[in-house]
Amino acid sequence: MSQLAQQLASGRFVVTAEIAPPKGTNLVSALAGARKLQGVTAVNVTDNQGANMRLSSLALAAQLQQSGTETILQLTCRDRNRMALQSDLLGAAAFGIENLLLLSGDHSKFGDHPDARPVFDLDSVQMLDMANGLMAGFDMAGKRLDGVPRFFPGAAVNPAAEPFELMFQKVTKKVASGARFFQTQSVFERGSLERFMAAMAPLRAPVIAGVLLIRSAKMARFLNANIPGVKVPQPLIERLECAGDPMAEGLAIARETVGWARELCQGVHLMTLGHEDHIPEILA
Amino acid sequence: MIISELKPLEELQQALSSCDKLFLVGCAACATACKAGGEEEVFKLQEWLATQDKEVTGSVVIDEACHIMRAARDLRHHRNAVQDADALVVLACGSGIQSISSNVEKRVVGGLNSMFLGNVRRFGYYEEMCSLCGECILNETAGICPVTTCPKGLLNGPCGGMTDGCCEVDAEIECAWRLIYERLQAQRRQGVFARRVPPKNWSRRRQPGRYRLTNGGR
Repeated sequence: MSQLAQQLASGRFVVTAEIAPPKGTNLVSALAGARKLQGVTAVNVTDNQGANMRLSSLALAAQLQQSGTETILQLTCRDRNRMALQSDLLGAAAFGIENLLLLSGDHSKFGDHPDARPVFDLDSVQMLDMANGLMAGFDMAGKRLDGVPRFFPGAAVNPAAEPFELMFQKVTKKVASGARFFQTQSVFERGSLERFMAAMAPLRAPVIAGVLLIRSAKMARFLNANIPGVKVPQPLIERLECAGDPMAEGLAIARETVGWARELCQGVHLMTLGHEDHIPEILA
Repeated sequence: MIISELKPLEELQQALSSCDKLFLVGCAACATACKAGGEEEVFKLQEWLATQDKEVTGSVVIDEACHIMRAARDLRHHRNAVQDADALVVLACGSGIQSISSNVEKRVVGGLNSMFLGNVRRFGYYEEMCSLCGECILNETAGICPVTTCPKGLLNGPCGGMTDGCCEVDAEIECAWRLIYERLQAQRRQGVFARRVPPKNWSRRRQPGRYRLTNGGR
């Protein structure tokens, strides 16, 4: 059982962070970055995030896992069909990776290979079903596996999405398909997180709230324009704009968000985008 | 209908560089309706070819260029002009182009790019609503196809990129799943939301497609 699974089961507040594989084969800074992470239960390894081609999330997660860092392997439906997804999940299990974050994936149009053919052979609900099938010892064709993987599959959600009921019916499906935890898109408003957590209560799946370190008003506007599902509210942009030290203000905003998450959720997922050294401040 | 558009002229120029005498073929069905390969466009192409010092030996607009036998018949009626040409230039969809290329030994140059099976919203404005996937889910989705109108073809609801009910790929476009949700609600039906939709059977869409009516159809 992974530490993440154990801590969530025991009710301990978990902290996850994320690391992006390099563009290229140089793993030095990714591995060093992971070593610097303090007070973190597990590290998400992103999968061609933002549809930008990078070294495979499985390769980096395997390295991290073998060097003693617990990972959450992110896998998207965008770049692989059902055969490749199953192969990669079996490969992940062979490297001792248990935690999964199974995603649809941002559309190829957003990344550095906009001409690529997006795959989306499965969606995230179907991928969760598939992972649970592998755990039960069968592939999607119903063939029996020689050696059965053990996973702790998780899913993503945007708690602020509208229409809420439409978003939430998919959350319900994900739980029914075996999502054991949720990591959320960046949250910025307490109210929307409260509403989401109230709806989650009967489903009994732990929620790890996404907290994004926004370093400036300019970055906030960039995120709003370019990152699907991220919507930094205007008042926060104004706070960053008026601040003498925007980085300090961004850290303060992140700290406040962690504060609500401690009251409402079962953990936080910190997206510090290269500023992992500030994690202790955000958690303080 | 099949929506198609004229290829960039530079590309055509290059494709025709070694041909001096050309026979032109249009299509009276889809390519005419979307103004890419009807009488008018065949005539315009002929005018442009004149500026490129090409000789046009003749032309025909076939009723439905995708009908292989009919295309053969129409080409036979223009046997001499076809014979005289170095190549045939076809203003039809990829299907029509191949009807022609399967009927003549000569070189065939396609003049159009085929884009999608389109609905007409209004004149000159086409939308793809069906991608011919072979396993139709419309009866459960209030007549709105998520396979086609969701850019990811998701089957179990919207992705995390839905923002204020609009699509992450184009904020001008309403999320297909939102439209399905609202229409089902208006009809007081659960429809597709009543179940987890299993992975799609893409073997239904194996290419090249072949279909044969049996017993004269059903």
